[in-house]
Amino acid sequence: MAEIVFYLLAVAAVGSAVLCISQKNPIPSALWLVSTMFALAGIYVLLNAQFIAAMQVLVYAGAVMVLFLFVIMLLNLGRDDQTDIKKGPVVLVAVLLGAGIVAALIATRDTSVAGLAARLGGSNPAASPLDLMGGGEVQSVAAFNNAIGSIAKPMFQTYLVPFELTSVLLLAAAVGAVVLAKRKL
Amino acid sequence: MTPELKGFLLLAVLKMLVVFTVVLVGVAMLTLMERKVSAWMQNRRGPNRVGWAGLLQPAADGVKNIVKEETFPAEANTVLFILAPAMMFIPALCLAAVIPWAAPLPVNFDWNLPLIGYVSHHGPMSMAVADLPIGFLFVLAVSSLSVYGIAIAGWSSNSKYSLLGGLRSSAQMISYEVAMGMSLVPVLLLTGNSTFTEVIRAQQQGIWFSASLTLSFFVFLVAGLAETNRLPFDLPEAESELIAGYHTEYSAMKFSLFMIGEYANMITVSAMLATLFFGGWDLPGRWDEGGTGLATLLTGVAMFLKTFFFLFFFMWIRWSLPRFRYDQLMALGWKFLIPLALTYILVVCVAVWGIENVAGITSPKVRGLILFGLNVVACYVVFFILDRGRLLSGSYRRQAPAGVRG
Repeated sequence: MAEIVFYLLAVAAVGSAVLCISQKNPIPSALWLVSTMFALAGIYVLLNAQFIAAMQVLVYAGAVMVLFLFVIMLLNLGRDDQTDIKKGPVVLVAVLLGAGIVAALIATRDTSVAGLAARLGGSNPAASPLDLMGGGEVQSVAAFNNAIGSIAKPMFQTYLVPFELTSVLLLAAAVGAVVLAKRKL
Repeated sequence: MTPELKGFLLLAVLKMLVVFTVVLVGVAMLTLMERKVSAWMQNRRGPNRVGWAGLLQPAADGVKNIVKEETFPAEANTVLFILAPAMMFIPALCLAAVIPWAAPLPVNFDWNLPLIGYVSHHGPMSMAVADLPIGFLFVLAVSSLSVYGIAIAGWSSNSKYSLLGGLRSSAQMISYEVAMGMSLVPVLLLTGNSTFTEVIRAQQQGIWFSASLTLSFFVFLVAGLAETNRLPFDLPEAESELIAGYHTEYSAMKFSLFMIGEYANMITVSAMLATLFFGGWDLPGRWDEGGTGLATLLTGVAMFLKTFFFLFFFMWIRWSLPRFRYDQLMALGWKFLIPLALTYILVVCVAVWGIENVAGITSPKVRGLILFGLNVVACYVVFFILDRGRLLSGSYRRQAPAGVRG
């Protein structure tokens, strides 16, 4: 059952991604990107990563894409559908790169959960959420109670320094944007 | 499928039907309540012709909206124009699924049903449709999606007023989402978990978070008002400037869907306020933990009354306060609420650390009472010393020309 849900979500994600890059009008294109992110959030839920799914929807689908849409709406007023994508060698490079990615994916594919877990170094693959339903939802919630803790521990203990460096980098980017946008500070 | 899984799915479907029916009927009654409350506050009678005391007015409105002619603006993007009301309506209805509406109900049965086969369920049943491990993060995530409905409605209508309404709403919702998320971090600090069940349990063991985290409650209340686009934050549909804002071009049932979405969002925010800061279905005293049907019923009534109070509060505010100016709205969000929420996180962090590690107090009740004392001081400092009774001091200063105020 989980596999059926996975394939539905995967088809939705890939299909929306294709529609996203093939639209001429930027607004439907942005909406298809939201749809891709939503389908990815569904796949995260299937992987028992509910917190990451919530963050995916909250940050990417809910905030970043709304800003995108906001900017597109402001800049794209009354202009006809235009595209500045060039034909010729660019298409060739894109096709080659795409073929390379597909080849890499096929070379590294391993559909069995045990094989994937062995490759990632884990011994017992995470149980599907649907397996836990039988015992009643109270137990399943107890099993997931650590949804945030399991993310917070590596982020704020093991990898604290890289995490803080990343946030300083983001802060520098934000300050830089303000400096660029304001003529006089 | 095992009988337990079947029993779980059967109960889940039943809960979905009940919750969505109650929410949709509740939305219909809220439209009537809004008109009755406004009439009461303006010293008139309100709708009183259809049915007893106007109780069938929502049904009459619904029939009118269904049979009304649908209009489409010229050169509108038809697909998105039709999709936009649904994009507002669907997230709003999804949110009712994660709120626990009462204490868990013990459900035990072993039945052999026709078509389905053996079903069984033993133990307490959560009174939320889905008691998610990410709890209120799900509510934040999904409620942030309802802005698409408004923004797309504004853009696809091919009308200046609609577009301005849509742009305003995206800017407003992004701004206030930040403050809303920040105001929930102290709740997370005291609970250690984001599930609604755990938030309610933490408040049962200690005291209600409205007392121990008053400023968080305040920030969440204001941000919640802004997120539902209710007055005094209804800039996206400000009728004196934008006709009707993002739904200027909508008619009939499509317009109605926007209204249903708005009221469903109000129910969610009210239920969130009740759950996160007023103990959810918690009743004072220990007797509601018995796990009986009576306890479930009484806690359900308690939850209903708390939610109902906030719904009334929202209407009360709407018919009492005038609308903000746009720069005041932005100043309130960015210059007041976000710094306040950030500082408050720091204060609560230090206080909790001090209570647990320096003073060595582990009882949640004592911790809550100490935090309550701290909040009395903090509220006094924020509202009477720093702000001097003017919530919008930042924009207030900018509004007055230089030299007017001495």
